[in-house]
Amino acid sequence: MGVLPESIEQLLDTALVSELTVIDPNGRPVTHPLIPLYDGELVYLTSSVLFSRKLEHIKANPKVSLSISDPAAVQVERFARATIQGDATVDDSDLHSGWEERVLPLWRQKEPVIDMFLGKRVALPLFFERAIIEVRPLRAFYWEDGRTDRAPEVFELTGAAR
Amino acid sequence: MIAFVGADGYPLAVATGFRVESDRGVVVLDGVGGDEVQPPEGEPVNVVFSHIRPQPGVGYDERRYVSLWGQLRRSNGHLELTPEREQHWDEQEMSFFEFSERGVPQARRYFDQVSAETGRDVRPRLSFGWLFLRATRLPFLSATIVPVLLGIAVAALRADFGWWLAALTLVGAVCIHLAANVANDVFDTLSGADEANVNPTQFSGGSRVILYGLVRLRSMALLGAGLFAAGIGIGLVLAAARGWGLLWVGIAGALISLFYTAPPLRLVHRGLGELSVGIGFGPIMALGAYFVQAQEYAWEPLLASLPVGILIALILYVNEVPDRAGDAPAGKRTLPVRLSEQNVVRGYDLAVAVTFALIAALAVSGLVARPAIIALAALPLAFPVRRALRDSYGNPYALMPAMAKNIQLHLVTGLLLVVGYVIAIVADAALDDPPFFLS
Repeated sequence: MGVLPESIEQLLDTALVSELTVIDPNGRPVTHPLIPLYDGELVYLTSSVLFSRKLEHIKANPKVSLSISDPAAVQVERFARATIQGDATVDDSDLHSGWEERVLPLWRQKEPVIDMFLGKRVALPLFFERAIIEVRPLRAFYWEDGRTDRAPEVFELTGAAR
Repeated sequence: MIAFVGADGYPLAVATGFRVESDRGVVVLDGVGGDEVQPPEGEPVNVVFSHIRPQPGVGYDERRYVSLWGQLRRSNGHLELTPEREQHWDEQEMSFFEFSERGVPQARRYFDQVSAETGRDVRPRLSFGWLFLRATRLPFLSATIVPVLLGIAVAALRADFGWWLAALTLVGAVCIHLAANVANDVFDTLSGADEANVNPTQFSGGSRVILYGLVRLRSMALLGAGLFAAGIGIGLVLAAARGWGLLWVGIAGALISLFYTAPPLRLVHRGLGELSVGIGFGPIMALGAYFVQAQEYAWEPLLASLPVGILIALILYVNEVPDRAGDAPAGKRTLPVRLSEQNVVRGYDLAVAVTFALIAALAVSGLVARPAIIALAALPLAFPVRRALRDSYGNPYALMPAMAKNIQLHLVTGLLLVVGYVIAIVADAALDDPPFFLS
């Protein structure tokens, strides 16, 4: 069992797409679709340098939220929605292969075809220069059956400090 | 999905239903339940409409999103957004490759930032092998191998043949070809043509290794110079060994490959790119290879290489179609930049017709080895290229299979011409008096 409620972990484990919201320098929220990966403690996302503005935003303001909201992107018996708030850090210490060592195994489990794309690295070299975004969950909202017209269940996560 | 920044400074996003009232210019969003997730009025929010179809085990398709920014106000239990700013992407309007290519300036900026933060030079990488393959555009070497083999084959039938001379000729020609590719990238970077082109494909748009920051401009210039030096050096050795007359085609070839994009001539900028490539990778290569073996010039290798020259020019011609948007502002007056879409297709038809009529006429008349007529069998490869030009002219990525087929057209036609000569050589060696159709 990880730091998140089991119901949300199930969503994270199967979701092929999530929405990461970051805050830009003007204080506006900006949302990006990304594949979420989870190891029981942290949520990992990776971003190509081609689309790295979000990384700049996170470095300036680490507060983020991550939502799983698209029924088409989640393979669970009973659909639900969740949003996780947390603090994010960017690991760009090795853009070329750091993400391969740290998150590729998780990515491969969820999306085996990534190895085929990675084999074509020479065709899209900058796409595979990637930073890792690590999100430490602090609070989570869970909407059973995906019904956001109802109040969500709110989880203050163990050890979370604001 | 409505995303906003809560009182605690953390963003929060909630999915909800919506309808668009276009006459009022507003998006009406369904209210959401729960005090803790209520989007604020009068604060900036981001409303995102996204669609993606995950294909488990394959990837994604149908990716599109619209992102709106503005402030919300409540009305009859709903939330209304009057958008102030908008951003969107639909991969059916703009391919993922173009979307990625438009991100290159951001990627370069990010590398600069990380370099500044860490105090070390952080750059994208590729393994040496892949980088060399990409930087030199190695897979395009068939353009050189075909005319050189043809020149050697003509010499083997009509004059003489030596393995070492053949190998050295091929290596020298390969060096000049790779040098030309590298020089082309250097000068396209300097002119801004590569940066202006956001529709590169694996067949067009250059190697982009400088643009991507994989190789420095100076390193590419040195690589190009080194390859030119090696090619010229081999040419001089061959000229010293086989006759200084070789220098005529050697000098012409080196000048064409250098001044294809280099100032002051910049042949491609003057509308002479296709002609230069056709001459350089057709008659010049074949004549040079022939001279090394035969120690003299002759008409036959020149005539035999004309179809190959036209077809190599056609490779460039088709590959220039997706590049035309970037080439035009950079001053490259290629044929697809200058001609209408309809005339580009007509031009392709005409060139293919001339090529194969030439093969038939030369073989039937005996001006080239008669078995070379088998090269006509490659003609059907031109049909899908023609169809794709007509149907997918404005779609670079739909044109990619046609570009590959067009390269095959050159390769197969050229190799069949060589095979025709090999048949004639074998017949000449095996038979005392070969029949006319085998000579």
